[in-house]
Amino acid sequence: MTALLATLSAPGDPLVAQIGISVLQVAYVLVGGPLLLGVMAKIRARAEGRTGPPLIQGLLDLRKLLRKEAIRAEHASAVTALAPLVLVASAAVAVALSPLLTTRPVLETSADVFVVVYLLLMGSVALALGGLDAGTAFGGMGSSRAMTIGAISEPALLVGILALAVQAKTSNLPGIVTATLAHPGWLASPQRILALVALVVVVIAETGRIPVDNPSTHLELTMVHEAMVLEDAGPDLALVSAGEAMRLGLLLALVANLFFPWGVDTSPGGVGIVVALGALGAKTAAIAALIALVEVSTAKLRLFRVPELLAGGFVLAVVAVTTGLVTR
Amino acid sequence: MTLHERAGPTPVRTSELVAAADLQRRARELLGAGFRLALVAGHDDGHGLRVVYTFCAGPPDRRAELQVRLDRDRPALPSLAPWSFPASRFERELADLFGITPVGHPFLRPLVLHQHWPRGWHPLRRDAGPPPPMRADAEPFPFVAVDGPGVYEIPVGPVHAGLIEPGHFRFSVVGETILKMKARLWFVHRGVEKLFEGCPVTEGVGLAERISGDTAAAHNLAYCLAVEDAMGVELAEDVRLLRGLLVELERITNHVCDLGALCNDVGFGVAQARALTLREQLLRLADQMTGHRLLRGAIRPGTTSLRRLPTEAELADIAARVEDLVDLATSNTVVMDRFEGTAVLPKDDAEAMGVLGVVARASGVAVDARVAHPFCEIGADLSPVVEEAGDVAARFSVRAREIAVSLGLVAELAGRVGSLDAGTAVAVRRGGSGLGIVEGWRGAIVHRAEVDAAGRVTRCKVVDPSFLTWPALSVALADTIVPDFPLANKSFNLSYAGNDL
Repeated sequence: MTALLATLSAPGDPLVAQIGISVLQVAYVLVGGPLLLGVMAKIRARAEGRTGPPLIQGLLDLRKLLRKEAIRAEHASAVTALAPLVLVASAAVAVALSPLLTTRPVLETSADVFVVVYLLLMGSVALALGGLDAGTAFGGMGSSRAMTIGAISEPALLVGILALAVQAKTSNLPGIVTATLAHPGWLASPQRILALVALVVVVIAETGRIPVDNPSTHLELTMVHEAMVLEDAGPDLALVSAGEAMRLGLLLALVANLFFPWGVDTSPGGVGIVVALGALGAKTAAIAALIALVEVSTAKLRLFRVPELLAGGFVLAVVAVTTGLVTR
Repeated sequence: MTLHERAGPTPVRTSELVAAADLQRRARELLGAGFRLALVAGHDDGHGLRVVYTFCAGPPDRRAELQVRLDRDRPALPSLAPWSFPASRFERELADLFGITPVGHPFLRPLVLHQHWPRGWHPLRRDAGPPPPMRADAEPFPFVAVDGPGVYEIPVGPVHAGLIEPGHFRFSVVGETILKMKARLWFVHRGVEKLFEGCPVTEGVGLAERISGDTAAAHNLAYCLAVEDAMGVELAEDVRLLRGLLVELERITNHVCDLGALCNDVGFGVAQARALTLREQLLRLADQMTGHRLLRGAIRPGTTSLRRLPTEAELADIAARVEDLVDLATSNTVVMDRFEGTAVLPKDDAEAMGVLGVVARASGVAVDARVAHPFCEIGADLSPVVEEAGDVAARFSVRAREIAVSLGLVAELAGRVGSLDAGTAVAVRRGGSGLGIVEGWRGAIVHRAEVDAAGRVTRCKVVDPSFLTWPALSVALADTIVPDFPLANKSFNLSYAGNDL
């Protein structure tokens, strides 16, 4: 870690520094995602009067799963093997491109809102195909439900971020962060507030939290995300869990940095990276805690009510874009 | 008539031996007079077979038995299924366990014995012998397939992801809407009724307490009442009061557990956590009162003994916590949105199917064996807790309100108890047959026992309310969506073990 930081702080080839910091982002989110889930589980447990699992339970589970033997369904094809890999790879690339620790990640000009959203979509589709692959009733049911929810939440995610892009006059994510840093007053603008609400709804849906999905249920028939991965075991399940945790980390980090960009390192190769690590951790943990508190105080919606919630999020996102265009 | 003048509630009983040809006429007369078919028990008397039909009605407490003797070699009965849905279930059970053919049954197929049991082997026949090897060529259960564009099947169970009892559910679904649900049970058929055969009456207690583990007190009480009735035992008032108290405590504990579980099934974990804490408090109270958390061992034929009574402060604390729990759930709009209008069981269907207990009362059917067949004097002031809507919210509400009623009853009974170690163990005076009816927390439990002169149980027929209520779950699921099934199932919360025996 110190050696990596030394390399990053040393003046040298900026591309090497950019690659280094993107690798650091991926590693940070890979470890941080399960920790954020740990924070949420802890808050839920405390609210229910339980001690709850340790914060690092997610990481311990990953280690346990990775040590297990790989077991796949008898009739599974290569899709079952590939889906977890595609999920993790797409999440990793999206994390590497996004302005999480720095405004200068690798391939920064390609770090477009469309690229990142479609990378996430790629992971969703891989998961859904994986759910269908073994041909079980639950997998297909989960995939069907996940795609129904995703069909509304993914556009809402795109449009929600577009509202910021309109304001910043660029769809480049690092560009949006840089512009927001330069104009802190934007935070109070109507389109920002509308977009923030829309994105929080999307994040809850995309990460399968209450009131959209219940990640801790044992009731097969109510599951959305869990039903898709029922057939996965051992290392496959470890990859799926890691990929899901990274997506959660990425979405929370995007909300954190697009709306509250303070702490992000703007000049590659400085000590600012240490500040950025701390700031990102604190911001995402705070958002995770807020989501957990919402989860504790509400129940899971009836499945047919979920599209209403998401449609509400989508409408807010559209209004945010329109407001941005009108008030420009 | 005041409480203290009565020696004990005395039901009006009739028993008659009818010819098979007269069975339908007599049964229809009783059903027409407001009786319900509570139990049908087959008997193998060695020289021939006998079937006992127990009808009951109340208040006032009336019990009528029809007995039919059958030829051992070609046992057949006219079916009562056209007039009584419960009869159709009992007759399928008779066909499996005794090989008695109900002539005219519209839908006769195996119920208790799964497909891999050999045809023609009837375990409750005296000459059945040890279980034969399973059939290798067993065909799958003939589930009715639903045709149509976009219809698909979801098989669930018998092994589930959570720690629940085994049952297989076959859903025919379009999109997320359930068109048909078939429950296939009897995966925990343990041969309970066979195990009762030859059991000394005092030892039957252990078996009765394990018929359905969450209903130890009520099942055991129904058993004890049945054998005491058979042996002509007079019970001291304190015995009846203590028993009433224990059954109410069991009701409170299980209803609390159900309130929490219903909240948990809609993802409202905070309420579940509170309910579990409260349940633990109640289990510890039970442990202090009886020496067993599930109230085992306190009720025995002829006697009932407790270590202590619950105090007023304890009951008030429980009442306050229950009220908080119910408020927490009912004040949450998302929780109530999930409960309301979900899995509606119409009153007509509930009545026609002979549904019992909480499920019936939530659909507006005022059945309660505490009122209809009281074994201690609590029936006079008690009126069944009834809701009309028939949905999950109604079943939640019936449970919540019944807890309050039961807490009041526990306090009242505790105030009337004289001795904590009441009654004397039964000494065999005579054999005979007897009936025990108890409103357990799920609904009316009926045991019918026959005891020989040596004090051994020759036959004990057990009817858990789940046996009669399970078919109604499929009816309530019409137009319900698949992800609401676990919630609907939990709101019924029927016993698998009590049904399967």
